[in-house]
Amino acid sequence: MTELDAGIGLSAPVTNGPGTHGPATNTDAPHHLGSRADAGTTPRHPAAPEAGTVQLPLAKALNAGLQRAMRNDPKVLMMGEDIGPLGGVFRVTEGLQAEFGARRVLDTPLAESAIIGSAIGLAMRGYRPVCEIQFDGFIFPGFDQITSQLAKMTNRHEGQVQMPVVIRVPYGGHIGAVEHHQESPEAYFAHTPGLRLVSPSTPNDAYWMIQEAIASNDPVMFFEPKSRYWHKGPVDLEASAVPLHSSRVVRAGTEVTLLGHGAMVTVLLQAAELAAAEGTSVEVIDLRSLSPIDYAPIIRSVQKTGRLVVASEAPGFVSVSSEIAATVTEKAFYSLEAPVLRVTGFDAPFPPAKLETIYLPDADRVLEAVDRAMAY
Amino acid sequence: MAQSADQAMAADTVQLLSADGVLQTEGPAADYLPLVEGLSDESLRRFHRDMVVIRRFDVEAANLQRQGQLGLWVPSTGQEAAQVGSAHAARDQDHIFPAYREHSVAMIRGVDVLGIIQLLRGTTHGGWNPAESKNFHLYTLVIASQTLHATGYAMGISLDGLSGTGDPRTDEAVIVYLGDGATSQGDFNEALVFAASYQTPQLFFVQNNHWAISVPVSVQSRIPLYQRASGFGIPGIQIDGNDVLASYAVTARNLDAARAGEGPRLIEALTYRIGAHTSSDDPTKYRQDAELQSWLARDPIARFETWLRSRGADDAFFADIAQEAEDFAADIRARTVALETPATDKIFDHVYSEPHPVTAEQKQWLANYEASFGGDS
Repeated sequence: MTELDAGIGLSAPVTNGPGTHGPATNTDAPHHLGSRADAGTTPRHPAAPEAGTVQLPLAKALNAGLQRAMRNDPKVLMMGEDIGPLGGVFRVTEGLQAEFGARRVLDTPLAESAIIGSAIGLAMRGYRPVCEIQFDGFIFPGFDQITSQLAKMTNRHEGQVQMPVVIRVPYGGHIGAVEHHQESPEAYFAHTPGLRLVSPSTPNDAYWMIQEAIASNDPVMFFEPKSRYWHKGPVDLEASAVPLHSSRVVRAGTEVTLLGHGAMVTVLLQAAELAAAEGTSVEVIDLRSLSPIDYAPIIRSVQKTGRLVVASEAPGFVSVSSEIAATVTEKAFYSLEAPVLRVTGFDAPFPPAKLETIYLPDADRVLEAVDRAMAY
Repeated sequence: MAQSADQAMAADTVQLLSADGVLQTEGPAADYLPLVEGLSDESLRRFHRDMVVIRRFDVEAANLQRQGQLGLWVPSTGQEAAQVGSAHAARDQDHIFPAYREHSVAMIRGVDVLGIIQLLRGTTHGGWNPAESKNFHLYTLVIASQTLHATGYAMGISLDGLSGTGDPRTDEAVIVYLGDGATSQGDFNEALVFAASYQTPQLFFVQNNHWAISVPVSVQSRIPLYQRASGFGIPGIQIDGNDVLASYAVTARNLDAARAGEGPRLIEALTYRIGAHTSSDDPTKYRQDAELQSWLARDPIARFETWLRSRGADDAFFADIAQEAEDFAADIRARTVALETPATDKIFDHVYSEPHPVTAEQKQWLANYEASFGGDS
């Protein structure tokens, strides 16, 4: 075996620790894909149970969802940078290569366009690749393959080819990271026909939505709120609460509707609590799906409250927030007591981390918009 | 300025048939002679037929474009040998990812090349179903994007365990076609990295036609393109791309090596874009006529005809093929002018595989809008 043959991410042997069962898988497999013998069956880490309700951080819920999807369908593959022995920089894929082998969890060379482009070819072959983009700001080397190729592939084949590709994107701020590591690029992809975009805000949604995204025969961009990775919540392992592309009321109220996705939902719930203390009844909706948008719960809410504030970490100009503002104005014009207001990141590059709490909408900025809406 | 034909060829370039139609038996050619000797007369005549028919098709399509029947035409004249030889070297189970000039390859894989006409007329973005066209995938217009799709597909073949079993009758492989211009793209370079990393059963077939629209290959690479492959750990080989025998033999050997599990390969076929990049291009603004003439003297069809005649093909054979080409072109013309504008549903159908509220709503809106004018608009 030459040095080159030692392979990507497999050069250091993986040793089983005490209490694990069976041989470590794939440790001496070459990195190329020719051998069928290296996919193991025994997990190195304890499997999440598949019944009842458990408390999991969002990242672990994703991990459990990915694991379940891989167990249920041998065509599901993981691809990305450092997702093997390391488990990804956020450890979302931890243990998956040990359980499923290097032929199903591919530690790829560092090339986003190639990750997406080769996933397209794998999907043509009948696989269901799940690509991890390491950080939001690193997705742009893959932008062409996503928007010009992946998004259009089914259409240009006139339905003869399906593209069940999931692209996982840890996105957003609040983690104090350096440039290109805290961005919210959703709008670029929401603008592209052929893509679906979803974003969970809770561990339960993370667990179910990742499985539903993998089951979709269309490409799904899966935006993971990285600031929520370490927050625990209940995960019902038996059934998904609502379909993938549903928005959902997460707090009932009567005077103002707040709408957002991902990490912003937590901010909105904080704002609602503060508003309640001041005597304002606020309804909060978790958008969950950014493309398509499930407008029915939003319109019903606005018909009740007459006021809508849309919040996001992304800059507001030509954004998902502005699209929702325009559409709600069309669909619920006579119900509105105030213009739809937007609370977003500023239209400037994501600032150095020490300024991120100023740049990103917090509960106070949301409440400022609530006050303006109430003043009409 | 690009190289003349004579400057382009190096001592290790594989050429089996010289420009004047003489079979080469020495040097790099010697290794490949057995593959040529294995070809039946019928196969050799088929090579010739394919080159002649597709060149006539090319002329007809260019005329149709000039007459307003097509929005654009992408001529392939001059590159027939590179394409026909390599296409015949592929096995039925192989998958082929073209760029957008591989009209011969499409025809050989069973595509009704009216599909190419439809693509360039503007009635479809596709034109054929790869699953029904011996795995000839759709044209890709963004330069080099298809190299990554091909690599991913080849990774899938490996994962399926359907290469490297030792049985060339069932083992699968992938050919991806690209031009010299595509070698400058990041996607091509990333595809080489991935192909090498995962040792894909894959052949990169670079048609170096010497011009990326108006930019000569000399601006794009300081070394012959096939030599770039070695930097990725991939064997590269250069052939006379106007020699259909070299294209066939070198492709067959390297593709079978890839399918046998020996990893990816790259072939650089030296050829020349005799015509314009597309019908919108004007090569007289950037190319010297002397260069064009030097390549016209190396025409792939003329040299093969010379050789076939030396082996006994007679005037009647060539007359039959010429007539077949005329008939082929006439059929294409008749079917082109009969093409209808697609239904407006085509805008919305298949944007997604699964139901989608936005496309459904807009499709219904457009239907209502058109109906509001009455009649059959």
